Amino acid sequence: MIGIEHYLVVSSILFVMGVLGIFLNRKNVIIILMAIELILLAVNINLVAFSVFLGDLTGQIFAMFVLTVAAGEAAIGLAILVIYFRGRGTIAVDDVNRMKG
Amino acid sequence: MIQLISFYIFASIVIASAAMVIFARNPVHSVLWLIVAFFNAAGLMVLIGAEFIAMLLVIVYVGAVAVLFLFVVMMLDIDFAELRAGFVKNVPLGILLAVVLVAELVLGIGAYQAGAVKLGTPGAGVATVSATVPNIEAIGGLLYSKYVFLFETAGLILLVAMVGAIVLTHRRSHGTRGQNISSQVQRRPEDATRNVNQPVGQGIEL
Repeated sequence: MIGIEHYLVVSSILFVMGVLGIFLNRKNVIIILMAIELILLAVNINLVAFSVFLGDLTGQIFAMFVLTVAAGEAAIGLAILVIYFRGRGTIAVDDVNRMKG
Repeated sequence: MIQLISFYIFASIVIASAAMVIFARNPVHSVLWLIVAFFNAAGLMVLIGAEFIAMLLVIVYVGAVAVLFLFVVMMLDIDFAELRAGFVKNVPLGILLAVVLVAELVLGIGAYQAGAVKLGTPGAGVATVSATVPNIEAIGGLLYSKYVFLFETAGLILLVAMVGAIVLTHRRSHGTRGQNISSQVQRRPEDATRNVNQPVGQGIEL
């Protein structure tokens, strides 16, 4: 029988996949943004699973707001990426320290 | 039985495609695997009756965010081989960290399963699920009544994100002639036209 634990395990593995993606692709901002999307997806699965488990719809409303913020974050992040690429011709995040005080 | 099979199908595909997102060599493939992951996560949510969030995931993520990613990946001309230079160096530490994190999380869930720690008695739910009302209708009722200000704030966040993205990426080009609205509005008939009393037989001076 499927219980809340199954969903929690799936979402925790997904979350760790996102963290691992940030670790492994430290130079590629696009992959880092996608890994952040994976992390937020894990959070959403968790919220929805608990919402159904507790019989309370508030969790699904929360998931909708997380989705909203994730969409905004992706849009702003990619816009920053585009102007960074325009100025530098590369998206390697290793040398973003040009503005060091 | 069918629930069990479909859960394991969705769960295994979502995890496998998440792995492919972070291990794929080509970022375009990463985005496509991300779309697979979102579809299967939507399947997981449909399985427990959260249709609204599932459809939102398909429409917003697959329809908008993933396409935005794909667009940016294809628009930028980047040497991705160079960006993967540190990949091998980071693998051992990253895998170790991931294994430790998964072990911790699964340990926590296992401990919960063995008998949850009681943190007091729960109160009544804020918005309890009714068996007769469909999921989407219930969420709509809640969103437009109890959480209406939060809903409007979400709209405001999206507006700010949209304005921010446009302001960041908009490039004013100098070669083109745009519309100058203030000079158009300030233009008066006296400045633009003149009355002449033209004598017969003479040429007109323009």
